[in-house]
Amino acid sequence: MKAKIHVTLKQGILDPQGKAIEHALDSLGFKNAANVRVGKYMELEVNEADKAKAEAQVKSMCEKLLANTIIEEYRYELQ
Amino acid sequence: MKIGVLVFPGSNCDHDCQHVFADILGQQVDMIWHKQTSVSGHDAIIVPGGFSYGDYLRTGAIARFSPVMNAVKEFAQNGGLVMGICNGFQILLEAGLLPGAMLRNRSLHFVCKDVHVRVENAATPFTGGCSPGQVLKIPIAHAEGNYYTDPVTLAALQANAQVVFRYCTPEGKVTAEANPNGSLDNIAGIRNAEGNVVGMMPHPERSAEELLGNADGRLIFTSMLESLKKRPLSMVGAG
Repeated sequence: MKAKIHVTLKQGILDPQGKAIEHALDSLGFKNAANVRVGKYMELEVNEADKAKAEAQVKSMCEKLLANTIIEEYRYELQ
Repeated sequence: MKIGVLVFPGSNCDHDCQHVFADILGQQVDMIWHKQTSVSGHDAIIVPGGFSYGDYLRTGAIARFSPVMNAVKEFAQNGGLVMGICNGFQILLEAGLLPGAMLRNRSLHFVCKDVHVRVENAATPFTGGCSPGQVLKIPIAHAEGNYYTDPVTLAALQANAQVVFRYCTPEGKVTAEANPNGSLDNIAGIRNAEGNVVGMMPHPERSAEELLGNADGRLIFTSMLESLKKRPLSMVGAG
């Protein structure tokens, strides 16, 4: 089963990279772009056919390593 | 005293720490490879700066799972002195030995320069040789030193005098302009509730001898040695 995982800074936590990109977009003329947030995208294969078990594993991976839940939030899709 | 300096793949301040303890302060120093599973027999453990595991995923995120970190946790739980510098501080945060997390510097730049920090708590084993409020000039070199924690944890840090160093002006004023990275409450270094684990972003090992033009950082290391000398024998070699 394949997991697609997104990790981003929590809302309310300053994202200096996002701010810099927002300024760059603005100077390119994209005046409507706002609230740019930069995150990480990860893909991995879970060797587990049972979706519930695979999901439990991916959640545990996110909690223990892939995201730092003090500053980041995560979401994932399983296919 | 016998000091252990951890070495991860990508550590690059390990030998600076060894130099300070061995060559300047005349102590015995062991370099401890991250795959070792014990740190027993040491009086203090230094988690040095660098770019452990290439800063992959997040700074310190992979290093915290190195086998030696279980031994360091046990050492700390038994009261052993643990000091994390720069990347070492980031590793201690990821390992949960200190509260909070590091964000990218507000400026997005890697900042490498001398800064001033004020000693906010001079009653720790790492600052006992400093006077309260003393200003130390120590260099920083990092891209992720923007300390963050939730408001409840911050209040607890402040209430328990766990903020050990704050970025300040040369005169000792804690101002927004003196904050090099956007760190919450100008925090440059903190300790755990028990007081035996400290993490700091500035590099005292880079400012520990007159030959380099600045020996302010040496006070941190001499404070550690003085505090170790005063420890009861049962604590020596804890963990």
